[in-house]
Amino acid sequence: MNADADAAVRTPLRTGRPHGPVHRFELAAVAGVWRRELALYRRYWTTTTFASVVEPTIYLLAFGFGFGSLVGVVAGYRYIDFVGTGVVATAVLFTSAFPGMFSTYVRRTFQHTYDGMLSTPVDTHELVTAEATWIAAKSGVYGCAPLLVAMAFGLPPAPTMLLVPLIAFVTGLGFGLFGILVSALVPSINSFDYIISGVLTPLFLVAGTFFPLDQLPPWVAVLAQFNPLYHCVELVRHAVFGPQPLADLGHVGALLLFAALMWVLAVWRMRRKLID
Amino acid sequence: MISSDAVLGPDHVPGGPAIRLGGVVKRYGDVAAVNGLDLDVPAGICMGLLGPNGAGKSTTMRMLTAQSRADAGEISVLGFPVPAMSKQARALMGVVPQHDNLDEELTARQNLEVFARLYRVPRRERAAAVDRALELAQLTDRQRSRTVDLSGGMRRRLLIARGLVHAPRAVLLDEPTVGLDPQVRQQLWTLITALRDDGVTVLMSTHYIEEAERLSDEVALMSRGRVIARGRPADLVADHAGVRTEEFYGPPRRLAEVERIAADLGFTTRRTGPSVSVLRAEKITPQARERLGQGEARASHLEDVFVLLTGETVE
Repeated sequence: MNADADAAVRTPLRTGRPHGPVHRFELAAVAGVWRRELALYRRYWTTTTFASVVEPTIYLLAFGFGFGSLVGVVAGYRYIDFVGTGVVATAVLFTSAFPGMFSTYVRRTFQHTYDGMLSTPVDTHELVTAEATWIAAKSGVYGCAPLLVAMAFGLPPAPTMLLVPLIAFVTGLGFGLFGILVSALVPSINSFDYIISGVLTPLFLVAGTFFPLDQLPPWVAVLAQFNPLYHCVELVRHAVFGPQPLADLGHVGALLLFAALMWVLAVWRMRRKLID
Repeated sequence: MISSDAVLGPDHVPGGPAIRLGGVVKRYGDVAAVNGLDLDVPAGICMGLLGPNGAGKSTTMRMLTAQSRADAGEISVLGFPVPAMSKQARALMGVVPQHDNLDEELTARQNLEVFARLYRVPRRERAAAVDRALELAQLTDRQRSRTVDLSGGMRRRLLIARGLVHAPRAVLLDEPTVGLDPQVRQQLWTLITALRDDGVTVLMSTHYIEEAERLSDEVALMSRGRVIARGRPADLVADHAGVRTEEFYGPPRRLAEVERIAADLGFTTRRTGPSVSVLRAEKITPQARERLGQGEARASHLEDVFVLLTGETVE
């Protein structure tokens, strides 16, 4: 131990006191977790951004120009505009469910990051909230990428498009929490394959992203009501092409309900995994 | 000294223990990891929790932070009942886990900044708290290095500094020096001693006898989930193993003979690999010496006590 370290140990400090009343849910706890996420994001923002922007853009270009040259107009819109608005949901799904599953699993199981955090005045529900809202914030930003690309290819801008980040945030929150829930359910990281192929891919395909659901059998349209991505797609299209207030209220309600349900389940499962 | 204006919990009694466990039980299926644990840790001392792997030390540590919930019994930390008010307790407590869970991709400074926020160090004091923790860990020069690039000793120092960044009133150290080389271990011992001298209550689990003897004001010997003896290390040794121990070496037949004679003379013995240790050797009379022969004398230590009381061995 050198003299500096010895002096540091003996330096009076006045930080070792309670910071005021402790509440069941504290934004300060959430902000502490965000601080970590921000530090990591600063290191990896280029790769995160590349993956989050390029992947949906490829979908947009491939389907928009590929199918677009064959189809032309769908549901009254140019196909590239139809897909450009739909792929927002795809971008949101990719930037929320996957980090929710993989990052949470790795941090809990391999890195034991959450064990360290839970030894501080942070509780599981605050930890889950922080992780999910951070994921949702990124989804809110990256979800707009396909829309910007579509605008570059002629999608006319509209003031209500400013609601898209908010729609992407709420959808990302639900799917981020879904990912966290799944991460606390699976026995191993390899089990995510079942979720990706068996749950996320069908959700992603049957959301009205690439084709209108009214072309499919009626029961598919009924099932789609239970698909949060469908509500995201509808909201984004309405934000771009013109709001439908009553229907949109229902879509927002469905997304909020999904997020709330996922929050309760994710907190419950994570608590069982982290607290024995 | 750490600020005395800290508000302690509703169960706090002036002059009372900083940490209290009463009749605590924790089961995993049919296995009782902690089985009726009673332990009071007075404020401002370093209490060593000594026991072999599986004695229940780490489970006890996790219960103090409410990361493990007791099936029975009562726990309080700094006057706060746990788990009911564990969040308040955790705000005043630092935890250094046995396994390194630092964020490898963050720098040393970022790791401390994150925990300063998690511990609610006020914004205006945060930079100073992080600087102090870096000095304490002797990592000021490496504060911009990613944790993955630090040596094992540096990482361990950073892990300890992380648990101290908010100047806690109590610190839980779970096997703080396991796997470290002697030089780093010595540095950490100095750090822990300084903490204790500063009035911080330290509860340190270890399975190193020397560590427990050198650092602890009091030692609690744990075996099979409960405390089987506690006291000042010197007192425990004096009470159970006497001043001196003699080691007798030889072939198995000779060792068996020493054990038989020692038992006949009323001495307690224990097998230590190739030898038999005869405890309280200072009481061997000339007559007894004639029968026993001459062994190699050494000072009695905590390991003698531990093995005597539990029949188990520690490192």
